[in-house]
Amino acid sequence: MDQLIEKFYMNFIKEDRWQYITNGLRVTLTVTFFAVIMGIVLGFLVAVVRSTYDKTGKMKILNIICNVYLTIIRGTPVVVQLLITYFVIFGSVNINKVVVAVIAFGVNSGAYVAEIIRSGIMSVDNGQFEAGRSIGFTYGQTMLYIILPQAFKNVLPALANEFIVLLKETSVAGYIALEDLTKGGDIIRSRTYDAFMPLIAVAVIYLVMVMIFNYFVKCLERRLRNSEH
Amino acid sequence: MNTNYDAQQPLIQVTDLIKSFGDLDALNGVSVNINEGDVVFVVGPSGSGKSTFLRCLNRLEEPTNGRILFEGVDITDPKTDIDKHRQKMGMVFQQFNLFPHMTILKNLTIGPVKLQNKSREEAEAEAMKLLERVGLADRAGAYPSQLSGGQKQRIAIVRALCMKPDVMLFDEPTSALDPEMVGEVLSVMRDLAEQRMTMVVVTHEMAFAREVANRILFMAEGKIVEENEPVAFFENPKSDRLKNFLSKVL
Repeated sequence: MDQLIEKFYMNFIKEDRWQYITNGLRVTLTVTFFAVIMGIVLGFLVAVVRSTYDKTGKMKILNIICNVYLTIIRGTPVVVQLLITYFVIFGSVNINKVVVAVIAFGVNSGAYVAEIIRSGIMSVDNGQFEAGRSIGFTYGQTMLYIILPQAFKNVLPALANEFIVLLKETSVAGYIALEDLTKGGDIIRSRTYDAFMPLIAVAVIYLVMVMIFNYFVKCLERRLRNSEH
Repeated sequence: MNTNYDAQQPLIQVTDLIKSFGDLDALNGVSVNINEGDVVFVVGPSGSGKSTFLRCLNRLEEPTNGRILFEGVDITDPKTDIDKHRQKMGMVFQQFNLFPHMTILKNLTIGPVKLQNKSREEAEAEAMKLLERVGLADRAGAYPSQLSGGQKQRIAIVRALCMKPDVMLFDEPTSALDPEMVGEVLSVMRDLAEQRMTMVVVTHEMAFAREVANRILFMAEGKIVEENEPVAFFENPKSDRLKNFLSKVL
């Protein structure tokens, strides 16, 4: 027991090492939060372009661009994308690593969100679309008022899963020496030569965050389900 | 309403309408005039193009060729703002197609509020009046999934009426209903016909067609084969195709 307390002291209290964890957590949350927003916006736009092309044949060139984007992002590892973003794209400019990580993870997530939302749009019965148009709504209005709300509800579990993946995926940010939660725990390990305590602490923090997130998603799903079949 | 539109003209003027799906010709040159106050029923064997014809009238189906004048405006012209004209053409579908994520009242008011700049209160008051007419005022706060098929279809009719259309298009409105619910939908349609609403109805309900229609079109193989007023249509069919059809369905 004394040994455990001593290890705890060494890993977290001594020299204020807990700050590696808290600062890292702040970075992880910041990167995840903004990457999620970016991913939703990007994914949303790409999904609308792709479904519009599927349904009407319009936006041909934009659809090609979106396809290239999806192919490249989904065909290469996120770590490689992160490294390219940092060392190639922003290689010659002095830029905050947090911003680099947000862009890399946001662009990456956007590709997956796009396919999720597109599958949601496709899952809504075409009769809904026709009903919207027959009332006199434009294509855009029908999407906005009729299709997307139903699509969003259908894909909420898949979207939530994507954001859980994203939260955990940011743990590779250490590759560009960004001190996120994982990196913070690893720095402690390299100082104290004790792997168990800092790494388990990091794992527990990820786990708790995911569980809290899951809880909120469940609540949201229940609320949305109340309003329908 | 279009200012060039002369009330003496037919409300809808269809000329040589052709619709092909790839190699298949669904409509093979359909010409017909529909006047204000007409209750036109379209009947025929399945695959005869009657639903395609109806769906071409508000361009849910894009005609391959031909012309449709609605209130004097060529709505087949790509430059025509079809969304504007669709507001004047209510449509009722076989599968109801109510919006499942909205309450009944929202289903009824979203069109008038978003497209006709009505205030929510005004739109809701009008919707409630129509709901009362079809006997569903107590379901205003319900969601579509909580209604029976017959109730859903009555709501779908009201949703179209809320836009104050000049014509109502019905695409087999009772075909997806359990038999005991057909009557309640037909009775709403009968009321509409009595109020001189212009209606185009695709249906298999022959007895109802005979009772309510003032004109019946018989379609086969993408063409209008025969047209007549109801009694003559059923009593004195001229073409062999119609005789054959009636012998099967009556």
